[in-house]
Amino acid sequence: MSLAEGVAGLLLISGSVLLVVAGVGIVRFPHFYTRLHAAGVIDTLAAGLFLAGIGVLFGATLGTVKLLMIFVFLLFTSPTACHALARSAWLAGLREPAATIENAEDSKSAGEPR
Amino acid sequence: MMLAAAGVAVLVAMGLAMVRAFLGPTVYDRILAVNSFGTKTVLLITLLGAMAGRADYFDLALLYALINFIATIALMRYAGSGELSREEGEDA
Repeated sequence: MSLAEGVAGLLLISGSVLLVVAGVGIVRFPHFYTRLHAAGVIDTLAAGLFLAGIGVLFGATLGTVKLLMIFVFLLFTSPTACHALARSAWLAGLREPAATIENAEDSKSAGEPR
Repeated sequence: MMLAAAGVAVLVAMGLAMVRAFLGPTVYDRILAVNSFGTKTVLLITLLGAMAGRADYFDLALLYALINFIATIALMRYAGSGELSREEGEDA
């Protein structure tokens, strides 16, 4: 295994771990805003790691430039989409229940916007 | 080999996002899950391109990222107001 493949493998494995962690967070976190935190924060980094890993595999070619374009685009749109989603949910009246132990059990049903 | 392993991880993450999209409970959870699913689709397409050794796939991935962003914004507008068009200058 060459050095480039080793570095690419390391980046890809890191991205994979982050993606699965984000997926578990999306499923298991108790409320919408916590789930948004899990998905929105991690997705950008995981995408960056993936694209960097594949870019290392491709070396200095046109494909790497395309990967860089994808990464720059995701870097701008992913946080924008998350911010717009949080703002839209907040304006629609979705509120997180108070973060106490007693509320942790029934927080799934609380705070429906309509 | 490592590309295949990464692809399996992306597929698992996609499945978890789909679970959230089906469970809900609010429409915003579903939009979040679909947006996340779209980002993972972009990564899966780039992985396929790396497996095939062809850079053509990356164009498709870039296009998919563009469409995914527009679709998320459109879905949010539709979920918020029930319509897709809006007057100029009105705050979202």
